[in-house]
Amino acid sequence: MSQTGRNAFPLPSEVAAVPGTEGWEDMYPYFSRFRPEDDKRFWFYNSMHFPEPLAAFGATTAEVPYTALGAFTTRVFVFPTVLGIEHRIVNGRVYITSHAVTDPEEIGRRLVEFQERAGFYYQNWTRLYGEWKERMEALIAEVSAIKVPELPEFDNIEMVLSGRGVAQNHYVREAYHRTIACLSTMWHHHFEFLMLGYGAYLVFFQFCKKAFPEIPDQMVARMVSGIDVLMFRPDDELKRLARCAVELGVDGQFAEGVSPADILAAMETLGEPGRRWIEELDRSREPWFNISVGDGFYHHHRSWNDDLSVPFAALPRYIRMVRKGESMDRPTNALRQERARIIEEYRALLPTDADRGAFDQMLGLCHTVFPYVEDHKFYCEHWFISVFFNKLREFGALLTRNGVLKSEEDIFQLRHQEIDEALCDLMLAWAAGAPCAGGQHWQPIVARRKEILERFKDWNAPPALGPLPDSVEDPAVQMLWGITSESLENWSRPPGGTDGNELKGFAASPGVVEGVARVLKTAAEIGEIRDGEILVCPVTNPSWGPVFGRIKAAVSDIGGTMSHAAIVAREYGMPAVVGTGQATKRIVTGQRLRVDGNTGIVTIL
Amino acid sequence: MASPFVRPFGDIGLGDRPSVGGKGASLGELTRAGIAVPPGVVVTTAAFERFLAALDGDGTIRREIEGLKADDLPTITRASTAIRQRLEDTPFPEDIGAAIVDAHAALCGGDGGMTVAVRSSATSEDSEDASFAGLQDTFLWLRGADAVVRHVRTCWASLYSTESVNYRRRLAMREEGLAMGVVVQQMVDARCSGVMFTRSPTTGDRSVIVIEGSYGLGSCIVSGEVTPDRYVANKVTGDIKDRAVSQKTMQHIPDRENGGVLEVPVAAARQTLPCLTDAEISTLAAIGKRVERHYGKPQDIEWSISQTDEILLLQSRPETVWAHRDATPIARVAANPLEHVFAVFGGNR
Repeated sequence: MSQTGRNAFPLPSEVAAVPGTEGWEDMYPYFSRFRPEDDKRFWFYNSMHFPEPLAAFGATTAEVPYTALGAFTTRVFVFPTVLGIEHRIVNGRVYITSHAVTDPEEIGRRLVEFQERAGFYYQNWTRLYGEWKERMEALIAEVSAIKVPELPEFDNIEMVLSGRGVAQNHYVREAYHRTIACLSTMWHHHFEFLMLGYGAYLVFFQFCKKAFPEIPDQMVARMVSGIDVLMFRPDDELKRLARCAVELGVDGQFAEGVSPADILAAMETLGEPGRRWIEELDRSREPWFNISVGDGFYHHHRSWNDDLSVPFAALPRYIRMVRKGESMDRPTNALRQERARIIEEYRALLPTDADRGAFDQMLGLCHTVFPYVEDHKFYCEHWFISVFFNKLREFGALLTRNGVLKSEEDIFQLRHQEIDEALCDLMLAWAAGAPCAGGQHWQPIVARRKEILERFKDWNAPPALGPLPDSVEDPAVQMLWGITSESLENWSRPPGGTDGNELKGFAASPGVVEGVARVLKTAAEIGEIRDGEILVCPVTNPSWGPVFGRIKAAVSDIGGTMSHAAIVAREYGMPAVVGTGQATKRIVTGQRLRVDGNTGIVTIL
Repeated sequence: MASPFVRPFGDIGLGDRPSVGGKGASLGELTRAGIAVPPGVVVTTAAFERFLAALDGDGTIRREIEGLKADDLPTITRASTAIRQRLEDTPFPEDIGAAIVDAHAALCGGDGGMTVAVRSSATSEDSEDASFAGLQDTFLWLRGADAVVRHVRTCWASLYSTESVNYRRRLAMREEGLAMGVVVQQMVDARCSGVMFTRSPTTGDRSVIVIEGSYGLGSCIVSGEVTPDRYVANKVTGDIKDRAVSQKTMQHIPDRENGGVLEVPVAAARQTLPCLTDAEISTLAAIGKRVERHYGKPQDIEWSISQTDEILLLQSRPETVWAHRDATPIARVAANPLEHVFAVFGGNR
């Protein structure tokens, strides 16, 4: 496709500044800015993980995962043909590119290392993953337990009596550094298994594509996917709470539009049944409500625990279903049998014993690694990150109490090194018995950055920058981001062109329906969805789960066949088209759409 | 109907090929497997042999043919014309004729307007070679038992056409044991017809079923006179994954007066409509999957949907274009499953 010499995407150096955002560069570290030589490379917008402009602290939530990802592919497991990912931030958006190894000698040298290192993990996967879960739970407990010092007028008497010899302000920095270190540890654990897990999937995927050239990606995913995955658990907990409410006779409190605070207050007046329902709620909340309405990269994506209105919005409908005696359970046995049937039929279509034997080996490996691939997000991006952001808010509160910030949320407008500086200011001021200098310094900066972020929101980020590659050969990139040569071609086509009423994406879940679009740009808008609408969104994650009970079809900008929207849509048996690149830009709420989950085409009618 | 000369489809299977020919055996096998095909019978090789014994008791004809030189067309044509004349002049054995008339009456079930096809059904292994099969005759839209008997004889005679004889001479085939079955089968006045491959003809993918269809009789698809609609279904789930509806400007309908087919235009409003409903695509695909399972290998199928919405298979034969590829595995069983991972990530994509 690049033979034409056509350069469909702007070069990084051609990206125009957004008016009114002068000085934005100070929000992010110097190494995240585009450099002149970056014009020679192809970059794509990681809107899957970073669909909104990044606040200053967001640079950290981008940089830490990339330090871990690259470390594990480049240095720990030594993937033979691929190194890590480089990222850049422009106008608040994250663009990434990957590094390939092409020299055969170098690949050979790396392969020797890879065989030993990856081999050890694959061979001990189940044991290591069991230990991983324990490590993750310990890490989450550790970050929860970090004590943010109060900095009282006089230090605690225990400090004196214990003869410890260290004053409270010392712990400010120590606690902050431990909090950031925990974030780094989490991301390292995250990538400890992830690329190997995807690797096993890819091997099976490529085999299937060779054996069955026309097999839909979603069919490979169906053979590999687990049935009892954590992704469904938070939604299952809501169903359980709906049943409890009906059993305890407190279901009358739940109606559309009643706030969680009012419901909880009403429960208090209902005596024993109300108390018991709140106990059940508390049982579900830890850990299952530690699920972010985002993907773990934005502080303003709060968890269900932080904002009960998201989970509570699903309860009236579930309660109606319980009352009517409708089954809400996922038909896990039927799903398991269907998966077994699909596997057996594809296997039987292979023509030789050798093919069938290889199929068994590759699929077996996938079934070993997939529990990690499917479940790690709950531990990492949801549970850990929800706790982590709230811990940072405690530091934000400390800085606010001492006049450095106006509100605890403002801490996210600082880079993590700037927070370190602000805390140092505080430590010195507390020690000196003097006021902090930070109020005058930081508050105007915070206000300015908020303005810039608002302006950034209107920027139409190109899906990619730089010269179009001949093809995206790295299969890991294809699968993770749902990008192929074909989708690049689609994105580079200007909207409103010859087929301006059609968008092409990945056929992620079969079926064809027509209906009214509901475009949700952020998860915070979840409450706007009405029964029977077609969800159009940048990307979905498990906290969107309850929405799927209400919609007819799902369309996303980003995602491949293993993306959350795809998996859940298949489970609910509704059509889904993912990875369209531009659905949320080209479709507006209220338009009638036809979603064809067989062909991957969305038509604006 | 228990005549050794005429056997209904339901009584025969692939194992009967030597006595009913390839086409008859295949239709019988489908019928037995519970697949709907237009009902019919086969006039067996025993009937042909009986006729040939009456005609050529001492084997003179057979020896004469074996003495012909391949590609000596003037001589072959002379011999062929003479033999065919004798074949036409020899009285039709009465018991065979009676068995055919009985079978025909049973097929018609009292419907005097019922039409049948008479087709030759060769027993030779080479009959799967289209070039040989094409030498045999097919007669469509025949009404009445007399016409059937007459055309059975014509089919037999076709074995002695110049082309057919020359073909055997080129392969230096023995005449001894040469035999032919003749299929007598109800005609379907098709609302639409087409072909179905139980693997992709373009990629060889065995997990899809490709159906091509157009209005009317299948002859216009086979001859390439219309671009048919093309539907692709997933063999495992039955999902329809592609629909390419084309403009179907004309169709073939039965020419009941003269036999054969008439070419008529399709009404403009119908030209770009799909010729099959989703339910019909799904049913056809399910039938294709059953037939493939029955035979244990991918099939190349001809089908029709009758004016009364009955889905019928006209023919099923093994797919041959991609079949050779199946013998070569695309992967090996590894001593250690991780070798698959190392191979892919070692740059051997």
